Amino acid sequence: MTSTKHHEKHHQKLMTGAEIFVRSLVEEGVEVVFGYPGGATIGIYDALYDITDIKHVLTRHEQGATHAAEGYAKATGKPGVVLVTSGPGATNTVTGIADAYMDSVPIVVFTGQVATKLIGNDAFQEADIVGITRPITKHNYLVKDVRDLARIIREAFYIATTGRPGPVLVDLPRDVMAQKTVFEYPKTVSIRSYNPVVEGNIKQIKKAADVINEAKRPVLYVGGGVINANAAHELRTLAEKLQCPVTTTLQGLGAFPEDNKLSLGMLGMHGTWYSNYAVNYCDVLIAVGARFDDRVTGRTDAFATEAKKIHIDIDPSAIGKNVAVDVPIVGDVKYVLRHLIQYVKPLDTLDWLATIEQWKKEHPLRYKHDEHLRAQYVIDRLGELTKGNAIVVSDVGQQQMWTAQFFRWKHPRTNITSGGLGTMGFSLPASIGVAFGRNDLPIFSISGDGGFQMNAQELSTIACNKLPIKIFIMNNGYLGMVRQWQELFWRKRYSQTCIHSPDFVKLASAFGIPAYRITKNEEVDDAIHRALNHHEGPILFEFVVEREENVYPMIPAGQTVNEIIDNPEPVNSPESSVHNKGTFIVHKKG
Amino acid sequence: MAKKTQELDMNGQMKQHTISLLVENRFGALNRIAGLFSAKGYNIDSLTVGPTEDTSVARMTIVTRGDDQIIEQITKQLNKLIDVIKVIDLTFEDFVERELALIKVQSTSTTRAEIILIAEIFRAKVVDLSPKTLTLEVTGSQQKVDAIINMLKPFGLKEVARTGRVALKREFQGEA
Ligand SMILES: Cc1ncc(C[n+]2csc(CCOP(=O)(O)OP(=O)(O)O)c2C)c(N)n1
Ligand SMILES: [Mg+2]
Repeated sequence: MTSTKHHEKHHQKLMTGAEIFVRSLVEEGVEVVFGYPGGATIGIYDALYDITDIKHVLTRHEQGATHAAEGYAKATGKPGVVLVTSGPGATNTVTGIADAYMDSVPIVVFTGQVATKLIGNDAFQEADIVGITRPITKHNYLVKDVRDLARIIREAFYIATTGRPGPVLVDLPRDVMAQKTVFEYPKTVSIRSYNPVVEGNIKQIKKAADVINEAKRPVLYVGGGVINANAAHELRTLAEKLQCPVTTTLQGLGAFPEDNKLSLGMLGMHGTWYSNYAVNYCDVLIAVGARFDDRVTGRTDAFATEAKKIHIDIDPSAIGKNVAVDVPIVGDVKYVLRHLIQYVKPLDTLDWLATIEQWKKEHPLRYKHDEHLRAQYVIDRLGELTKGNAIVVSDVGQQQMWTAQFFRWKHPRTNITSGGLGTMGFSLPASIGVAFGRNDLPIFSISGDGGFQMNAQELSTIACNKLPIKIFIMNNGYLGMVRQWQELFWRKRYSQTCIHSPDFVKLASAFGIPAYRITKNEEVDDAIHRALNHHEGPILFEFVVEREENVYPMIPAGQTVNEIIDNPEPVNSPESSVHNKGTFIVHKKG
Repeated sequence: MAKKTQELDMNGQMKQHTISLLVENRFGALNRIAGLFSAKGYNIDSLTVGPTEDTSVARMTIVTRGDDQIIEQITKQLNKLIDVIKVIDLTFEDFVERELALIKVQSTSTTRAEIILIAEIFRAKVVDLSPKTLTLEVTGSQQKVDAIINMLKPFGLKEVARTGRVALKREFQGEA
């Protein structure tokens, strides 16, 4: 069989489902598939054997394959593809699929299935994966007839990547993949029940502009939708035209450069003090590609109560779901922003920006800097030394929040993290996908000691493929984020949060990965430089950091900005040993 | 026609909405829709499904309850499902609704005549008869079905099977 991209009309020979599957992926322009073979997919893997256009990456666990596909999709904007076997292979993808669903990541997951006549019989390695994943996929399919296969694959990619992106699963029974038919890849897709709105309603856009034009204290609240829509440029144009401060969600980091004076950094539970205050006091809140998640809003009835709210989103169901809005605009964020820019006029926000500047001075992001090594310092230095020119794949927990807070976010698609589901063990496998999709920036995978051990098997995938991933482990000896809650809200009863780890340096060595243990502040810059200068495959650093450090500021779950707990450390002065984000270099010189 | 709905009915219950759906008549569609209601914790008072004039399309009628915000979310979430072709909240429309019920009621020679009289008043049909029971078939609005069931209760209900509501929008009749 050939692997040319062009369909040869005259060449109407019959192909098996497995061959059609592979040809369809080639038609979709798929370059890399993350997967793991098994009995139900052995025929598909056989068809893949001859294909040179598609690289197959054998991860060490199907969860790893799914996160890798997510990492690839988030970093490139192209759909990530997963191929696994039936039963346990399929169920192992569930966490990754749920993760992709929550964070709107376009992935297409192909699962093997037992033969159609065995479905429902509790056959060997049978699992009703279509039933299991129904609530966590944008859509899913069971292919019952080989003649539907090419169309379904075409639809799967279309649905995953259009509208609000998300995961689509296609279940492939073994016998269907052996049946034969003529292969013809559909040139177009039309699904009568699926027509995502892309052009925002101009009347609504004008209405939003009218509200904005009256604003005195506007704030742009920006989510991952801006990155999905590739609309960072439009966002920046709008913000600068309005002189409107911008705060981003966890998924929105990178949509707006933090070295811009209009940047407020991240908002929400562990967002900056000043972003949360700005939202609380703003008179117009412009939500763009964000979904008023509870980690952002806290108690919804106390969220931005003084503001008229404009909500721009591609997903109609995201609008008015958690918080009532005054001007809803359903549509592609890029399209809507482009038009909105034309209807708004520059605002006089000087007083508002001055107030915010004052807040930034009084309540900066900060951490204590003494003889002890802290994760915040490592991230602060990473941000400084890379100037934000890196792709950072964080895990979940304290180290994730510090990465969000202290890195210098600058470019879209450089912040890869599990937000909605908060999946520990995401970082290491996701960085594999990033490495297959991008080689323009250095790639850092940052995990805690807990999360790293959840998918540590992927070190093997990384080592075998010599992927240039710089692996940082922030070892605090705890499931730090849970320990923090126990410290603050559960009378320091550290139930099951102290975690023992292997010798990470030795572990890495077993995979042939050079590894170093860093225990002192003085070693951090060297380590980062060494990582940046290491181009031959992976390199791992274990940072042994302060054990009982907390992430601040913090708005306790379900509460309001009035309950914000700021960092107890005093604000930096030239004499103090507390570092504010970004002032380290100045401080050191001074 | 955005007639604002009263959120609570006379009994202080959340107002009922009748939602008519056209869905792809294929594997999994019903499951997806029922699953949405359970996953999001929405109420279902009744749900009916059946084929339409187009064999590739099924019509579902869902009777649900909720405040305006919940109902808005329900319609949006339904619309979001790929298998759903069209969602109409008939509560905002003039619509015809019917429900069919089979009611098996205890009867003796002394009560039989009285039950048949009730049946006549409600235009119900006797569809089965045994020495100790009588089975009636009644069609009508949900209120009508409720009413006949209430009337028959004192005789002793043995079994009741109700289809749940089916509904269609009324066509505009216009001036001649
Ligand atoms: C799969 C999974 N299990 C449990 C949790 C709950 N959880 C959230 S943060 C956290 C602690 C993470 O510990 P570690 O990876 O060491 O990171 P740290 O917070 O110490 O930086 C836990 C257990 C989760 N988010 N994901
Ligand atoms: Mg830890």
